[in-house]
Amino acid sequence: MSRVTLLTLQVLVAVISIALWYVLTTYPIFGKVLLPPFFFSNPVDVAKQVIAWFVSGVIWKHLWVTLSESILAFVLGSVGGVLVGFWFARQPRTAAVFDPYVKMVNALPRVVLAPIFTLWFGLGIWSKVALGITLVFFIVFFNVYQGVKEVSPTVLANARMLGMNERQLMRHVYWPSALSWMFSSLHTSVGFAVVGAVVGEYLGAAAGLGYLIQQAEGVFDVAGVFAGMFVLAAFVVIIDLLVSMVEKRLLVWRPAVGEGRP
Amino acid sequence: MADSGPATAQNNSAAAVALREVDVAFRLAQGGTYRAVERATLTVADGEFVAIVGPTGCGKSTLLNIAAGLLTPFAGQADIFGAPLSGLNRQAGYLFQADSLFPWKTALENVAIGPETAGVPASEARPRALEWLKRVGLGAFADRYPHMLSGGQRKRVGLAQVLIRDPKILLMDEPFGPLDAQTRQIMGNLLLDLWSADRKAVLFVTHDLEEAIALSDRVVIMSAGPSARIIGDWRVTLPRPRDISEVKLDPAFHELHRDIWHRLKAEVVKGYAQAEGAQ
Repeated sequence: MSRVTLLTLQVLVAVISIALWYVLTTYPIFGKVLLPPFFFSNPVDVAKQVIAWFVSGVIWKHLWVTLSESILAFVLGSVGGVLVGFWFARQPRTAAVFDPYVKMVNALPRVVLAPIFTLWFGLGIWSKVALGITLVFFIVFFNVYQGVKEVSPTVLANARMLGMNERQLMRHVYWPSALSWMFSSLHTSVGFAVVGAVVGEYLGAAAGLGYLIQQAEGVFDVAGVFAGMFVLAAFVVIIDLLVSMVEKRLLVWRPAVGEGRP
Repeated sequence: MADSGPATAQNNSAAAVALREVDVAFRLAQGGTYRAVERATLTVADGEFVAIVGPTGCGKSTLLNIAAGLLTPFAGQADIFGAPLSGLNRQAGYLFQADSLFPWKTALENVAIGPETAGVPASEARPRALEWLKRVGLGAFADRYPHMLSGGQRKRVGLAQVLIRDPKILLMDEPFGPLDAQTRQIMGNLLLDLWSADRKAVLFVTHDLEEAIALSDRVVIMSAGPSARIIGDWRVTLPRPRDISEVKLDPAFHELHRDIWHRLKAEVVKGYAQAEGAQ
């Protein structure tokens, strides 16, 4: 399938879905509107709301808040995950001691932590950052841990035969291996950073996309809820594209999917 | 065994590699020990090309790992140029059977890493690495990552990676094992070319008897494991320089091959029987 055909088909899906949504919420079929606009709004109202947000400029503040929360959660969670992952992988005894607790905390649905974080850090951005960190940390941690532990023994033996000391092994073998595992989960961890931010905002905040959606829902403004969802979706797609670009640059040495890992 | 090894082994104290009465044993998880190699004595003189041939699982590679210092013998001793080996063998270069290049480094970076590790600045190590890549015929592939290279090309990079450090001893563990027959021949000739330029001591492990004879000065045969022993030592007097495909047509080659194979066959059969029994 050529790029043009693919793009056309992709756009077609959006056009048909929106058209269906519009028709079903606006025109009665057999004397009945199948999707009552009170619950489903309609594309025109939603578009109007989105445009109004951008024209008045209120949306920028919320986008900025959500973006900064996501970035902070991602960076802090990743740094923590890399450090602890490295530490545990190089110190199997420590890892063994902490193992049940790591599993326990990881199994906990993180949403239940949100109220505690709100109590601890208030309604500002830091309670959302904290929630995002708890999500990102574990993904990065498990990947780095795996990455350091699963360095090919042959590559390791080769590095030692080439005369590397501990420090050089760290830099030339363990670190790149761990990073490659971390980057392979980049999409997931960035996604979770956004989830942490938005869910945190939804549960209690003064600004952000989650807050916007929650406010609209509070006054049964369905168009507002849908508009918030669309802005959020676009936001996530853009971030994902950026991540893909970063990934492509950082992992040039990796075979494309299907070629198998070296 | 009139022609077996130890006789040539004793009188050379400054041999590049001298394994004396080496035992290799592994502790088993369920208790007890598994004795892989028993009382192996083997010397490689400076500049000598020695091939070890034996059935699968006889512990050829473990002997190599002992010479490399990656493995400590259970009993016995390994001397490198007359000095007992402790820790890694810093005078040896090791070409592994499996892929051992750093996948996150380009061919050039992979070759340059040896000198860079030793403290040579990159500005100096990189041109030297490129020189070596050209010598193994990969000058145009310097920027490729290992996954973009074929199996044979990866072996060439590995060879350059090891040789750029100019080790006095070259340890090779079935380095051309995974390659197809034609590529093996080309790689064998390349190896002989590079080796004849400055003769290093080479210990070359293979399961391919023809390859062993075509390449080496001496062929050492091991028995099937467990408790594998060195059971034969043949001198290969075919003239050098050799071409792998041509030397195989030499009548002397055939005679030697028949001799060694006669001794080796019994062990190979035994080795298979044991492998089958273990399954």
